[in-house]
Amino acid sequence: MDNLNQYVIFRLGDEEYGINILQVKTIEKVLPITRIPRAPYYVKGVINLRGEIIPVIDLKKKFDLPERELTPDARIIIVSVSDVTIGMIVDSATEVIQLPQEAVEPANSVNVGINSDFIEGVGKLEDRLLIILNLEKLLLDVRVS
Amino acid sequence: MDSKYLSVFIEESNEYIQKLNNELLELEKNKEKNVDEIFRYMHTLKGMAGTMGFEKFTELSHQLEDLLDAIRSEKIIVNSDVVDVLLEGVDILQELVEKISESGQEGEKDISKILEKIKRVMQSENLMKSKEKDTEFKVREENERIAEHPLNEYELRIFEEAYKKNLNVYQIKVEIHQDCLLKSARAFLVFKAVENFGEVVKTVPEVKDIEDEKFDREFFIYLISNSNIDTIKKSIESISEINKVTIKEIDIENILQIRQFDVKPQKNEEINKKFVEAGNKENKENVEEKELKDTKKKLGKTLRVDIDRLDNLMNLVSELIIIKTRLEELEGDLDRDQNKREAIEYLSRVTSNLHDAVMKVRMVPIENVFNRFPRIVYDLSKELNKKVKLIIEGAETELDRTVIDEIGDPLLHIVRNAIDHGIEAPEERVKYGKAEEGILKMKAYHDGNNVVIEISDDGSGIDCDKVVRKAVEKGIIDESKALRMKETEIISIIFEPGFSTSEKVTDISGRGVGLDVVKSKIESLGGNVEVYTKKGEGTKFLIRLPLTLAIIQALMVKVNEEKYAIPLNAIRETVIVSKEEIKKVYNKDVVVLRGKVIPLIRLHEILDAEFDEKQREKFIVVVVKKGEKDIGLIVDDLIGEQEIVIKSLGNYLKSLKFIAGATILGDGQVALILDINSLFEEE
Repeated sequence: MDNLNQYVIFRLGDEEYGINILQVKTIEKVLPITRIPRAPYYVKGVINLRGEIIPVIDLKKKFDLPERELTPDARIIIVSVSDVTIGMIVDSATEVIQLPQEAVEPANSVNVGINSDFIEGVGKLEDRLLIILNLEKLLLDVRVS
Repeated sequence: MDSKYLSVFIEESNEYIQKLNNELLELEKNKEKNVDEIFRYMHTLKGMAGTMGFEKFTELSHQLEDLLDAIRSEKIIVNSDVVDVLLEGVDILQELVEKISESGQEGEKDISKILEKIKRVMQSENLMKSKEKDTEFKVREENERIAEHPLNEYELRIFEEAYKKNLNVYQIKVEIHQDCLLKSARAFLVFKAVENFGEVVKTVPEVKDIEDEKFDREFFIYLISNSNIDTIKKSIESISEINKVTIKEIDIENILQIRQFDVKPQKNEEINKKFVEAGNKENKENVEEKELKDTKKKLGKTLRVDIDRLDNLMNLVSELIIIKTRLEELEGDLDRDQNKREAIEYLSRVTSNLHDAVMKVRMVPIENVFNRFPRIVYDLSKELNKKVKLIIEGAETELDRTVIDEIGDPLLHIVRNAIDHGIEAPEERVKYGKAEEGILKMKAYHDGNNVVIEISDDGSGIDCDKVVRKAVEKGIIDESKALRMKETEIISIIFEPGFSTSEKVTDISGRGVGLDVVKSKIESLGGNVEVYTKKGEGTKFLIRLPLTLAIIQALMVKVNEEKYAIPLNAIRETVIVSKEEIKKVYNKDVVVLRGKVIPLIRLHEILDAEFDEKQREKFIVVVVKKGEKDIGLIVDDLIGEQEIVIKSLGNYLKSLKFIAGATILGDGQVALILDINSLFEEE
């Protein structure tokens, strides 16, 4: 059981993504977002999460995926890596699954649509393909300086 | 090692090291100073380190403690070398603590050199001291012998009578030549001679013993006489085989006071009175001392609280303020319900009080920062061969803890500059007719909602020509522009990145960190820095900091439909200007207000918002200030003044331009706070 990891699964467009559950703080419904002028294009703005101000990024913009109107299923997943906490807008957050480490193949061996820098690997669960994100890289990369 | 104890150890060690630094500097100034306290601090440090198992730290503090003990028991006299060794030792202790706080270990630091130094000081000084002490002791003995002999009541009475009759009492010390064979005969002759001048009251040893030659080479005579010392002396010296005659007048009044004889009250009213007075004085001193101790005790009654817990408390209070604001907004609907309105008013009052109370807890006297400087100034002036006197004022002024933590480095930088570039070398100062010792002054005081820190020196001031030359050389400004610049503008160049006037790069100032870093640090704390200088007379840096970082008064404005907060302390006024009043200067929009030309900025442009100018006839302008400069910001609407809680945007969105932070409004929405300083840079 040691090499079993838990992932939070969410959707962007038609694809399914997974992030390590240990990096997820909460999953919120979409809250009012305040725009931040002159921020990078993928930064949606900031939200008030119970008194804490949290920046929110639009993953679809970040990954150059086609934009789509947000549905009531849309969520903001609050993730935290070292000293950085942000929210990510996703089309829906569906489930939590367990994957053995062997089921995740390294990123360079598979070809997916988005920038492979941010991908930890691809997980296979029955006939589904789950793109496992590397949040460290993602958060460090988009950290605005 | 338990990290909880470790952090306590680190914090307390730092405190003690700080205290040691201060006390040692005092010792440097006043070598006679009592070292008990220093010894105690060192002892405590040693104990703490021992408990924590830090061997080097314990060993070094132990040796330093021994040295202090030697000073305390007067085996060693204090000189600059001793103080230097002590200071160096304390420095190394500090280094060890730093290392420990980084890694939990003492590291590789080699302490054998300092231990050697301590040893050397203890040995070499030891000899000096004992020699010096001997001679010193002899001198003292000789002097003190005057009134050393006990006087009985009878003798005292006689002295008193003599005093009343205005006669003098002399103590005559006679030293007979060592080769003299008939000492008592010589003594007899001396007595004979002395008796011509007055009455012999007492001799030491007694007359009988002198006659029996039961004395070494010297004896004392107490004589009441109205003749002067010289006449008596000459007369005795004319006797042969007398080696030396010392005559001293005895201060009877003094003796009567010092010796607590049982004097009869009716006869000695005056003396008695003096006794009482003296006693009172002593009492008073006691009382003062006690009061001093009491205040010390009171100061010591503190509680160490983790700053995170305080921050948490502060956050909760902030939340409360947000809800309060929200309730106040609701108030309009409650107009008819007196009770509810009163309850809300009461809530507001309690909330503000609570806020004040929490803020006060976070307030720390700036002393915590200023304390470091006597040592720093001492080291720097020594290193640079300059004489500097540091004056600290207003150290009790309180500032938010966050500001205190951050302000140390900028201040250090300015102080370094002042000593390195500002204050001249002693010879040079004398040449200019100044005192050899330069004066560096650090002063803190409250000014409205701000705390002002002034750092001034009486050095050479900033050389504008030199600044311009350097700035042109480094390509910060071009030559033609330089000619047009006003003095204040020139001086502000020193805050530009990449500027340093130091002709030679010294160890102290030329570290590549310029005043631009100082400036940006202070601005990041919500403050600003100004500089005033007069060539040949000195320079003054004026740092203005907000009392608190967490909660401010702000004016809420609308740009399109978005709400933004502008800190109230940056606002000069709000005005409405018509389209016609907006003029163009150098292709920039300006408006003239009471004869002053004010550049205009459309916030819409800055904030990437849409702006339809053609449809407008009138513009709402918020005039913001920075020092003497003003800028007008065009906004769409004014919402009103409000108390806002400043929140950070987090680590992810660091250093966004034009945005200083965010706040949460009564309706739960986030509004951004404008960074007024950065707008001035844009302009």
